[in-house]
Amino acid sequence: MRKVYLDNIAATPLHPEVLEAMLPYLRDTYGNPQSIHGWGDAAREAIEGARAKLADLIGGQAEEIIFTSGGTESNNFAIKGLAQAYQARGKHIVISAIEHFSVLHSARTLEKWGFAVTSVPVDGYGLVKLDELTKSIREDTIIVSIMHANAEVGTIQNIEEIAKLLKGRGIVFHTDAVASVGNIPVDVKDIGVDALSLAANQFYGPKGAGALWVRKGVRIIPLLDGGVQEGGRRAGTEDVPAIVGMGKAAELAQMDMPYRTGYLSGLRQRLIEGMTSRIGHVLPTGHPDNRLPGNASFCIEFIEGEAMLMLLSSRGIAASSGSACTSRALKASHVLTAMRIPPEIAQSSLLFTLMRDNTEEDIEYVLETMMPIVDRLRQMSPLYAKFLKKHSGGR
Amino acid sequence: MPIYSDKVMDHFMNPRNVGEIEDADGIGEEGNPVCGDMMTFYIKVEDNHLSDIKFKTFGCGAAIAVSSIVSEMARGKTLEEARKITPALVAEELQGLPKNKHHCSNLGAQALNKAIDDYLSRQGKQMKTKRRGKRNG
Repeated sequence: MRKVYLDNIAATPLHPEVLEAMLPYLRDTYGNPQSIHGWGDAAREAIEGARAKLADLIGGQAEEIIFTSGGTESNNFAIKGLAQAYQARGKHIVISAIEHFSVLHSARTLEKWGFAVTSVPVDGYGLVKLDELTKSIREDTIIVSIMHANAEVGTIQNIEEIAKLLKGRGIVFHTDAVASVGNIPVDVKDIGVDALSLAANQFYGPKGAGALWVRKGVRIIPLLDGGVQEGGRRAGTEDVPAIVGMGKAAELAQMDMPYRTGYLSGLRQRLIEGMTSRIGHVLPTGHPDNRLPGNASFCIEFIEGEAMLMLLSSRGIAASSGSACTSRALKASHVLTAMRIPPEIAQSSLLFTLMRDNTEEDIEYVLETMMPIVDRLRQMSPLYAKFLKKHSGGR
Repeated sequence: MPIYSDKVMDHFMNPRNVGEIEDADGIGEEGNPVCGDMMTFYIKVEDNHLSDIKFKTFGCGAAIAVSSIVSEMARGKTLEEARKITPALVAEELQGLPKNKHHCSNLGAQALNKAIDDYLSRQGKQMKTKRRGKRNG
């Protein structure tokens, strides 16, 4: 049976060259980067090399990169660390309604600490409403955190425009760019942010490796207290192999970027067009143009997401869904809800996230497999039966 | 490790008794699509026994497997026996359900009960109409 992995938003495979780059640091170069001897020197050189490559990828400076354990830590660090550093100026934070849980729940923690949080709504495409954002800014607003691209619906925000709105107001602007860095060009100078989160496992690097870029001059209070690693901003012995892997992944992403974006956008369009033309009642979600190259997201009316995932899996296809039944909390995706997609339609969410190894044959296989799966679940669905009755002249 | 037991997977992949009964004696609908799952059971009753049972379900793998196993457990039973199919028995018959899917087994048992209620209330009405018919006649 053909195997088609289209859940790259959950984790990308490790690029073979990334693995090769990491192996020596799992085997021979085991020193601690903080040590004063040859072993330490080798490890230090390795992580500093990775830092330079990562900085290059996002147009920042090496000393502005702080290595973390991944996107979740980077976002926790940014929200909590910046809020603590700037609380003397004010205690108001602005986020969007479609942020990742690591931002949403960090903001919730800040509320418990006495901060006020405003969540800015999005439109039907998942774009932050700029007028609402402007209105939400107060005298005591210290941080605005708006994600760069949304993993679930693929929509890319106009971060540059938001940065312009915030300019000169003494606000620190953070963006969660976990879904975008390594997949589309991201330059911190162009987009005008003060802090940016990224994670290696979104661009063919290892899990457990991420970074927070913080513009020089912007203060941040550490999450983890301990030694002097990362300039005293993130204590704990560095995960050298993971950091080296992230560096290699960053280097490859930079070289491969035009190909990645062009190739994946083409495949994604093919998938979206195939799904909407071959299957009835399929609603693409997110922005039609401003979207991540490899993200094809839909609502397939009258059937439920988890059932689709299970049938797809039985045919060798990996995908994901924002339906309530697929979440442990049994709540429909907050992203789809914020986009005003009715809950019964959000239950039918289906998300394919592509990678560079996917082929046109993969897409064709998915389309061919999808049709009978949708038919089968609709035959079983009382909602579809009701819909048919309603639209056949009330017979 | 798969999240569902082999039995759940079997009933999800090959659900028994899917469909509608055109001239059903009782219909029971439970849940709603807003919450994620909705089940409709159709029953035929002969001599106080469930002679036929079919279902349609909108929902996750567990919801579909629950509907299927409930239909199998209830078929041929008397109405009283069918009423004794509890969510716990359904989960047990499916070799267990993940913790956050137990509400699916509730839905199955409730939808079946509603279909039986519907049958009984239709019977009541029929008896009333018959009696009324006699009196008028």
